[in-house]
Amino acid sequence: MSEFRMPSLGADMAAGTLLEWLKQPGDKVARGDLIAEVDTDKGVIQVEAFTTGTLERILVEPGQKVPVGTVMALIRDDAVPAPGGASPGAVPAPPSGPPPQRVSPLARRRAQDLGVDLAMIRGTGADGAVTVADVERSGQGGVAPAAAPSVEDSAARMRSAIGAAMARSKREIPHYYLSNTIDLGPAMAWLAEQNQSRPVTDRLVAAAVLLKAVALALRDFPELNAWWVEDRAVRQPSINLGVAVSLRQGGLIAPAIEAVDQLSVQELMRRLTDLVARAKGGALRASELSSGTVTVTSLGDRGVDTVLGVIYPPQVALVGFGRIAERPWVVQGAVLPRPVVTVSLSADHRVTDGHRGALFLDRIDQLLREHGAL
Amino acid sequence: MTREEIRAAVLHALGEVAPEADLEALRPDVPFREQLDLDSMDVLNFVIGLDQALKVAIPESDYPRIGTLSGCVAYLEGRLGAGSSFVR
Repeated sequence: MSEFRMPSLGADMAAGTLLEWLKQPGDKVARGDLIAEVDTDKGVIQVEAFTTGTLERILVEPGQKVPVGTVMALIRDDAVPAPGGASPGAVPAPPSGPPPQRVSPLARRRAQDLGVDLAMIRGTGADGAVTVADVERSGQGGVAPAAAPSVEDSAARMRSAIGAAMARSKREIPHYYLSNTIDLGPAMAWLAEQNQSRPVTDRLVAAAVLLKAVALALRDFPELNAWWVEDRAVRQPSINLGVAVSLRQGGLIAPAIEAVDQLSVQELMRRLTDLVARAKGGALRASELSSGTVTVTSLGDRGVDTVLGVIYPPQVALVGFGRIAERPWVVQGAVLPRPVVTVSLSADHRVTDGHRGALFLDRIDQLLREHGAL
Repeated sequence: MTREEIRAAVLHALGEVAPEADLEALRPDVPFREQLDLDSMDVLNFVIGLDQALKVAIPESDYPRIGTLSGCVAYLEGRLGAGSSFVR
């Protein structure tokens, strides 16, 4: 029997509130299937199963807030017969009380918008599920506002979580910072040529090229692709780039794309588009918020030249990009206008020093100049 | 397609990338990026939205011409009225 626990989405997360079970007892689940929706300081997150089997018992009700690590459900390994034959009697008894309330995600969001307490609603949908219409009827009836957090509360909680993580980072990590300004002429020319022949839905943005260059450079500097765990750096086997995404309602989140060095720029663009859309739409998965090995942030669209970021623990490095702008640039003795960008590295001095950091930035420069390697 | 219909299509595409924005309050000659805090992914999604709604393929080199509401509507009017060779 495997235990399905409230995941930790970072060292700054202490607890989460179960919003909805996406699977019911008796349902088959495969590793990677989404089985629960959880509200955290980082927003609403979908949590995947990390094992394959049958959902045996649910131990936490929707609406319950539980600490990270709490067992929320039990998943039976189908290769192992249930204890006592078909009877699941050996597993802990389910919590007492009424059966879990079934609420569609849309109805739950509508309830939040209207400030309606879902516990006060009797559902009229399939199996008693609460529908949007039920919520709206209840809202018109003047039901007392629910305790569900408002948008302002959610933003405040996220700000608090960011503050806690960044304060811990600055307190514990001896940062050093380096930057390098890079001629993006070859890469931008390649990008323009690619986009000229692509349908609009397949066009690339510069961020995809920059992410790929960072990932390939990390192959040569594995000490930067590491987590600081129990007073030592542990190199990570996969290059998973956390992509910092500013949310329109305020706040910041950095979900990861896995194994970026192994993706084509086209595939990376597809995943980036999907990830950003889900980050802004509140549909990220737990694994995406806990698997990042290096975070990449770009504030170029906001006009800044250089980003000196704060490392996201337990990571040991962060790469920042400023805006891509035309500047006078010396090329073979002549001053020419070139698109350039400043790439910066924030790194943990417990793990690397400036010499290695400088070589890493130089490798990014080289990859972008010889963009064929991307 | 009338100018008003084009304007409505532009506002709809903007609303898809900036759902919280008060689009009726948009100043017609101030860049979208300044008013709506758009990044390059938002701009691409806006162009995709226009492409799908109006069946007009907008090349990257024309992005500067669709950066404001008035500029965008004028550009699309020209494209839609310029003959079928420009329209998908």
